[in-house]
Amino acid sequence: MNRKDFLRNTAFGAGAFMIPRSMLHATPIEIQAALNGGMDVATKKILADVALAAAKAKGATYTDVRIGRYLNQFVVTRETRVQNVANTESFGVGIRVIANGSWGFASSNNVTKEGVAKTAERAVAVAKANAKILDAPVQLAPQKGYGEVSWKTPIEKNAFEVPVKEKVELLLAANAVAMKGGVNFVNSAILAVNEQKYFASSDGSYIDQDIHRMFPNFNLTKIDVATGKFESIKSLSSPVGMGYEYLNADPSEKLGGVVTRYKNRYDMMEDIANATEGVKQKIKAKSVEPGKYDLILDPSHLMLTIHESVAHPTELDRVLGYEANYAGTSFLSLEKLHSNKFNFGSKLVNIVADKLQYGSLGAVGYDDEGVGTKKWDIIKDGILVNFQAIRDQAHMLGMKESHGCCYAQSWNDVQFQRMPNVSLQPGKEKLSVDDMIKNVEKGIYIIGDGSFSIDQQRYNFQFGGQSFYEVKNGKIVGMLKDVAYQSNTQEFWNSCAAIADESDYRMGGAFNDGKGQPGQSNAVSHGSSTTRFNGVNVINTARKI
Amino acid sequence: MALLNKEDAKALLQKVLAYSTADECEVSLTGVEGGNIRYARNSVSTAGDTSTLSLAVRSVYGKKAAFATINEFDDVSLKKVVKRSEELAQLAPENPEYMPMRGAIEYKESKTYVASTAAITPDSRAEAVAKSIKVTKENKLEAAGFIENKNTFSAVLNSKGFFGYNKSTDVIFSVTTRNQEGTGSGYAARGFNDVNKLDTVAATRIAAQKANGSANAKAIEPGKYTVILEPVAATYMLENMFRGLDARSADEGRSFMSKPGGGNRMGEQLMDEKVNIYSDPFHPDLPDNTWNSEGFALDRVNWIEKGMVKNLSYSQFWAQKKNVAAGPFASNIIMDGGTATLEELIKGTERGILVSKLWYIRLVDAQSLLLTGLTRDGTFYIENGQIKYPIKNMRFNESPVIMLNNVDALGKVERSISVESNRSYLIPPMRIRDFTFTSLSDAV
Repeated sequence: MNRKDFLRNTAFGAGAFMIPRSMLHATPIEIQAALNGGMDVATKKILADVALAAAKAKGATYTDVRIGRYLNQFVVTRETRVQNVANTESFGVGIRVIANGSWGFASSNNVTKEGVAKTAERAVAVAKANAKILDAPVQLAPQKGYGEVSWKTPIEKNAFEVPVKEKVELLLAANAVAMKGGVNFVNSAILAVNEQKYFASSDGSYIDQDIHRMFPNFNLTKIDVATGKFESIKSLSSPVGMGYEYLNADPSEKLGGVVTRYKNRYDMMEDIANATEGVKQKIKAKSVEPGKYDLILDPSHLMLTIHESVAHPTELDRVLGYEANYAGTSFLSLEKLHSNKFNFGSKLVNIVADKLQYGSLGAVGYDDEGVGTKKWDIIKDGILVNFQAIRDQAHMLGMKESHGCCYAQSWNDVQFQRMPNVSLQPGKEKLSVDDMIKNVEKGIYIIGDGSFSIDQQRYNFQFGGQSFYEVKNGKIVGMLKDVAYQSNTQEFWNSCAAIADESDYRMGGAFNDGKGQPGQSNAVSHGSSTTRFNGVNVINTARKI
Repeated sequence: MALLNKEDAKALLQKVLAYSTADECEVSLTGVEGGNIRYARNSVSTAGDTSTLSLAVRSVYGKKAAFATINEFDDVSLKKVVKRSEELAQLAPENPEYMPMRGAIEYKESKTYVASTAAITPDSRAEAVAKSIKVTKENKLEAAGFIENKNTFSAVLNSKGFFGYNKSTDVIFSVTTRNQEGTGSGYAARGFNDVNKLDTVAATRIAAQKANGSANAKAIEPGKYTVILEPVAATYMLENMFRGLDARSADEGRSFMSKPGGGNRMGEQLMDEKVNIYSDPFHPDLPDNTWNSEGFALDRVNWIEKGMVKNLSYSQFWAQKKNVAAGPFASNIIMDGGTATLEELIKGTERGILVSKLWYIRLVDAQSLLLTGLTRDGTFYIENGQIKYPIKNMRFNESPVIMLNNVDALGKVERSISVESNRSYLIPPMRIRDFTFTSLSDAV
């Protein structure tokens, strides 16, 4: 199977949502190669110093060097068979410089003294060519050098060390549960990511990081051949910044209710049994009556709404217009921030940005321009209080240091401002999901994320979901289908009427938050507790062709 | 040097293949050289330059296959990579859907490579951007844009005798211009194999005209409207449909191409008779690779002919299972148009909406291929054949299949790029009846 077929075959369900773009350019390797340590840190430091010196000699006033080894493993199955097992590795160097006040970047997979020196020189040449069309020189927020330091994702079990056979057995056993339960198709996969990143800069930092992520998932489809109708449900797992321990099912990490949901440990066998019953109910479910509903949104769903309607519009590069040609700008502005009274949401809404959170996809020790990571408020009691900024933007917010959220998807791509984990804080009062539902006369309880679309300034959005439960007079009365809700970001967050307490808090996430030109993927998590939004417009999405 | 000519590539691949002892072996080379510039707020923001060459070896024993790759090219490394892939293949799980490699074929070459595009430098890229920024400054607008050029080659040789080589060049350019007040926005995008066809000044002028013309838009009620989709809008909408031209997912009952009761919609009149969609790698305005890595020569394939589903792609495995000839999915897509210019389409519209661009299109329902997304960067109300005023952007919920049933008129075909994948297509502007808008957006 070639890579194109592999991607086509694995692009089930949410399609490209499953596989980071960075993986598309990676090359396959065998597992043994993934487990050896790669180039040692001492050699990387020597090569980084060669690059720093070469850039400086050509006139660079600032240089950073990223020597990266990016490992990915995919184990992909459908029904009773393994579709693909692939181990890929991408190794090379990316060098970013400031020369004549302008950024320049060049990359190469020739990681030798000669190779890195030439690449550094190319980066300076690019910077000098661009300086001719530069309005104002780059202003970098000062950053102290950390010297030689390291950081590693706190994993218990490296997913790459778990034999492929064990992964295949788990996935095929899960598939068998679904097939036995009467679904027509099941796709399942385990994806593992390891970023081994070495960063050095002319500020005097030499940072070695070992970052791990993984994502077990499945997607089921039930077909009614006679009518030609079909419905799908995907897993309630999340991509996580953890090792293989995420798959150690743990009752204390489960939440009961209409369907079991998971915190920091996942039970694939249980979830696929539940989804099998769920998809059979969904295909028979009542088609939704359009109108206004109170929405009770599970964290597995709300994470995507937070991502699109809060995390993206608070990216400073979007606010300033740097993404105008692709991802878009933002309805937020520096004026709205500086007014200290822009009412983003109701008083219950507290949103934090966090690059430190355990188990999250965004957790690292240092970002890709050598800044130590941190946590900060974005929305406080409903009011906009901050954006997300990196070193060359900090001065635009009057800040003296970066937020530490600069990222590149690989050595081959230039780093730029990327979203940290952005999460809704749990309610301060004790409140369970059941208590929240009790007060709803006409509502829909949504679990799992589905279709998503939002305009280029992040005002108008539309979201689908996986499972929709109709709530009538405080009780769940059955499943619905063909549901999507449309709203305006500020109206929606101001309709936030209740947030469950900390005991319900969970994170969801995505491996492939896309931004930039050429496009780059960023892995990011969003946490919340179950939250209620009152009076949201719901449409019916059923059509005939 | 990341780029090898046909002879050098073949010689290197033959050398590697000679080391193989597996039942089947395929060796391939890929090289890319290129660079890009992003600009925003009328000034350069980031830029990059890249160069990579890599070799992949696929070894097969029975139905067990594995890859290994390397980017070092000395004899020791070449032997090592072959051995590594063979060891891995022995350990791999059997793939019941594995199909044997194919032998030598004859294929004609298409003109995908243009020397002038391969000769682009960081300075010439910067110059193209400088010209675009000059236009926006003259128009008192702010530009954000992107230019990227790539010079690539790929070569494949297998133990059954198949050899394919192709080199190509590509340059894409896009620009968004916004007014100072943030009340108007315009866009233009171009993609070519030949950089001489790229005029960043002309493209930026169109974007500037849209930005100034779209300022102070009025709100109209969402609902069903006749729309004229410019090629860049139609391309993005239809790209989401082209991916579904696959027999397997249709036969399995989980695609808009599935037929109720079983099977697929081949032979069904699914769209308006004006709709003709095909692939042709030899089309002079959209040349593409004429072979694929599975060892098939690619030629013209009609997918939709006069609105009827004429062909769906069949992988080798699925073709064998269904006892039909394998039909690879070709790499380019072309939709026939008419003779009318965009202006003539507008002139012939009594009441409708001109859509310059669509944005953030996502699948809502796979069954009907219902898509949602929004208009962006210039949406205008048309009355009695004239553009009357700019209107606020709107969200739509519409299926491209339903849309192509409601084709009123097609204009002249243009080479256009998808705003999401950057892939080039040949697509006409089109006038569509009853296009469904469901809500208003404040976004500019």
